[in-house]
Amino acid sequence: MKFSILVNEGPYTHEASDTAFQFVKAALAKGHEIFRVFFYHDGVNNGTRLTVPPQDDRNIVKRWSELAAQHKLDLVLCIAAAQRRGLMDAAEAKRNGKDADNLAPGFRISGLGQLIEAGIQADRLVVFGD
Amino acid sequence: MTDENAGGVAKRFLYVNRRAPYGSIYALESLEVVLIGAAFEQDVSLAFLGDGVYQLTKGQDTKGLEVKNFSPTFRALEDYDVTKLYVEKEALEARGLREADLVVPVEVVSAERMAEIMEAQDVILSF
Repeated sequence: MKFSILVNEGPYTHEASDTAFQFVKAALAKGHEIFRVFFYHDGVNNGTRLTVPPQDDRNIVKRWSELAAQHKLDLVLCIAAAQRRGLMDAAEAKRNGKDADNLAPGFRISGLGQLIEAGIQADRLVVFGD
Repeated sequence: MTDENAGGVAKRFLYVNRRAPYGSIYALESLEVVLIGAAFEQDVSLAFLGDGVYQLTKGQDTKGLEVKNFSPTFRALEDYDVTKLYVEKEALEARGLREADLVVPVEVVSAERMAEIMEAQDVILSF
């Protein structure tokens, strides 16, 4: 089956991102396809490469990046939600006159249309939120 | 379902609004998805459950909160061909609200009927 995933909460405060990650991993292990993982609301905070969790804790952002590299996952942050919350890639930082960018490897920033397309293209869209 | 869509058949999208309009950003960002999604010519419906019914109430004044009052945007949804708005009857009643208190025409449905509406969808986005 072809799944799309929506993650609506950031890392650590809520379990949504953990659960979504475990779901994606399990689905891939069973041979399913993940069309796209879309991050919205505070979910965009899963895409910052500047998180430094304690060493004895899971690294949620790094875990997404590694899974993306392993399985060629399409991890997309909503641009409007990302801009509100200070998440940007190098191009966005330049366009908005900011002196830094913080997007983690394996993530990209794009529009909400990518979420609608994910709903259209997948057999199931699964929402992980609060 | 995907094959049907490849042939140009629209999918049924339901946006489920469960939260009050202010206090968190979910309601506003949900409406942003609805507006962007309207360009995709899918079969769109909105559902309002629980505190989500407050999103549609008349006379919202957000000046003291210093945030934008986005309730007028619901009146613009018709221009985007988004006309199916379902409101949970039990949620309205529990909050002492009537259909006349809302900014747009809606269909008030029982929780049981709402479940059937959800069952008939292809994609449900819950905010």
